[in-house]
Amino acid sequence: MAQTVFAPWEDPEEKPLIEFRNVTKRFGEFVAIDDLSLAIYSKEFFALLGPSGCGKTTMMRMLAGFEDPSEGAILLDGRDISGVPPNRRAVNMMFQSYALFPHLSVWDNIAFGLKREGQPKDKIAARVDEMLRLTRLNKFATRKPHQISGGQRQRVALARSLAKAPKLLLLDEPLGALDRKLREETQFELMDIQEKTGTTFVIVTHDQEEAMTVASRVAVMDEGRIVQVATPSVIYEAPISVYVADFIGDVNLVRGTARARPETPSVAAEAVAGPTAPEPAAAAAVAPNLAAPEQTASERSAAEAALPVDPRAPQPNALGEWLHDKVLFPILGRRKPQQKLLPAPSPQERATSDRPQTAPPRDAAQAKPAPAHADDPDALAGGGIVIDWAEGQPPVIATNGDAALDGKPVVLALRPEKVSIGKAALDMPNTLRGKVIDIAYLGNISTYHVQLADGSMIKAQTANTRRLSRRDITWEDEVWVGFSATAGVVLEE
Amino acid sequence: MRGFSWFNVTSLTLGFAFLYLPMILLVFYSFNESRLVTVWAGFSTKWYGELLRDAEFLDAAWVTLKVAVLSSTIATVLGTMAAHVLIRAGRFPGRTLFSGMIYAPLVMPEVITGLSLLLLFIGLNIDRGVFTVVLAHTTFSMCYVSVVVSSRLATFDRALEEAALDLGASPFQAFRLVTLPIIAPAVISGWLLAFTLSLDDLVIASFTTGPGATTLPIKIFSAVRLGVSPQINALSTLMIAIVAVGVITASLISKRGAIRQAREEQAGLRATG
Repeated sequence: MAQTVFAPWEDPEEKPLIEFRNVTKRFGEFVAIDDLSLAIYSKEFFALLGPSGCGKTTMMRMLAGFEDPSEGAILLDGRDISGVPPNRRAVNMMFQSYALFPHLSVWDNIAFGLKREGQPKDKIAARVDEMLRLTRLNKFATRKPHQISGGQRQRVALARSLAKAPKLLLLDEPLGALDRKLREETQFELMDIQEKTGTTFVIVTHDQEEAMTVASRVAVMDEGRIVQVATPSVIYEAPISVYVADFIGDVNLVRGTARARPETPSVAAEAVAGPTAPEPAAAAAVAPNLAAPEQTASERSAAEAALPVDPRAPQPNALGEWLHDKVLFPILGRRKPQQKLLPAPSPQERATSDRPQTAPPRDAAQAKPAPAHADDPDALAGGGIVIDWAEGQPPVIATNGDAALDGKPVVLALRPEKVSIGKAALDMPNTLRGKVIDIAYLGNISTYHVQLADGSMIKAQTANTRRLSRRDITWEDEVWVGFSATAGVVLEE
Repeated sequence: MRGFSWFNVTSLTLGFAFLYLPMILLVFYSFNESRLVTVWAGFSTKWYGELLRDAEFLDAAWVTLKVAVLSSTIATVLGTMAAHVLIRAGRFPGRTLFSGMIYAPLVMPEVITGLSLLLLFIGLNIDRGVFTVVLAHTTFSMCYVSVVVSSRLATFDRALEEAALDLGASPFQAFRLVTLPIIAPAVISGWLLAFTLSLDDLVIASFTTGPGATTLPIKIFSAVRLGVSPQINALSTLMIAIVAVGVITASLISKRGAIRQAREEQAGLRATG
């Protein structure tokens, strides 16, 4: 675990391996790529993610040399490669259909590119054998492509495209044809091979799970433009637009009008929540530093915990500081200020994360002592915004919202897994009443589709951490859904 | 499937009789002892023996073979190139015109083709002989090759060529090492088709041939004007045999190619097995 985080894109000194400079590609009237600029660094596993027709395949074909940009330049290692034919580029591609040569054996398929270089025979043989070992295909060297399984074919395609040790490997939906189990295995295999060979991988996919699993960075594309480029966790937890939030994973979009929230809310100010406000549970003493080890437990939260410029962002507490300085700093290196931070977990989030989410209070009361760390109203940070999302309904509090959005229409993007559901009022800053319309039981998780008073739907997800054949929330039940004041991301429409 | 009713059996018999009775009669009488074509006088293969001793017929057979091999080979090269361009070049101005022009000789009356070639050769002052017949046969059989090859290329996965380019092959290497081996069955059956077409062509050959370049069909045609001899029957039987072998081989090859292609395409669909 003790390794520095791989993030060449944050280093201004680092030269990109590939650079798109204001690239536009037109097919007749149709603009496939629209004035796009992008830098990809050496050894990255970069994913181009988007719906079909968004231009991701065109970008890949431009990198491979099958298409030339109409305007702009593509630089590989600082040199403009437009006009260089595909057979003269240090770029190899793994095709979506694998495009294995059906008349050649596995061995000859892998050797094809090496033979074109005119290398001596023994060198070619050594390299092919190395590739066969890397992809665990030794046994199939003499077989023809139609004599092996889909997963093996996929590995032959990978071995063939890696044989020439390209600077850049392009993967066009490489796993689309495999079934789910094999796909997951292969994803890890791909990452493993990418690490072993140190090759820069660019993968094109429409499968967001695949992109998030394998990639160091993900570019979300829409209609020939890049909407957001960031690490998978930032893309998921801090999408910059409704499009990204909606495209990646499942999301609840709560539309409404923003209203600035006082910096230091009094308890009375919280009463805007009105009659449906959660009755604060018996304010058990919250040991403030109980949560601290959790906060610093992973390098991610350590890195994200602080942004000194922003007074609203949570600061590391004493224990966190101590842990960082004495334990983590020697191992992980100094915490760098990041360009884009995830919304830091609020005390509520931390508190709720280790509380059974579906357990209705009466169960909890019997089974165990009253919730140990119920939300302390004082823990709710000031500032941010409230969102009026429906008439006659209590507004939603989002302390991570920008007060400057006051009066503007906004969308709160809320991941279902951050929404709790219970049969009784939940002890959270935001609680809404509704009725269960649908339940999607997936075994490991259940997703409840809850209809709110104004008719809109909200999805709440719970992990089924206990074996129960019957869960206590069922169709048509009146329920409460709740989420913390920082659970959602506030986006401008 | 329902069994053969009497109606089916009858129509099948009549149909095949209509198609093959003349040929069966020809083959039958080629083994006739008698000099008279229509009178059966017992079994004999003596006309085949006489055929082999007839220098004129052997000359004509040699010319025919030369013409057929040369013209079908040239037609295969040109037809494959034409098919490749038409399928691969994508849309370019006049593409429809070009593909139309490639297929037009398929439906063009042979007399017209022959006559226009004759006029061309006269106009260019080219001595007519084996060379002109080869040119003429290449002209019309090229279309057949191009039809056969382009139907195969239409289902050929372009990504294979792109993969070859991507791995460092030049466009010509990509064609020679990847495309050609895969479409080879179609190319071979195109060649066989062109070969048999050239073998039995009478009209165009008689327009474009000259002294010393008499092909077998011309020879047979002129011999028959002097009366049908059992020798002609024997010769025709031999030609039927050669053409039948050629056509059957061509169809077997393309059938096997189709089966293999289907299998590979299924593999291409990447059933995860």
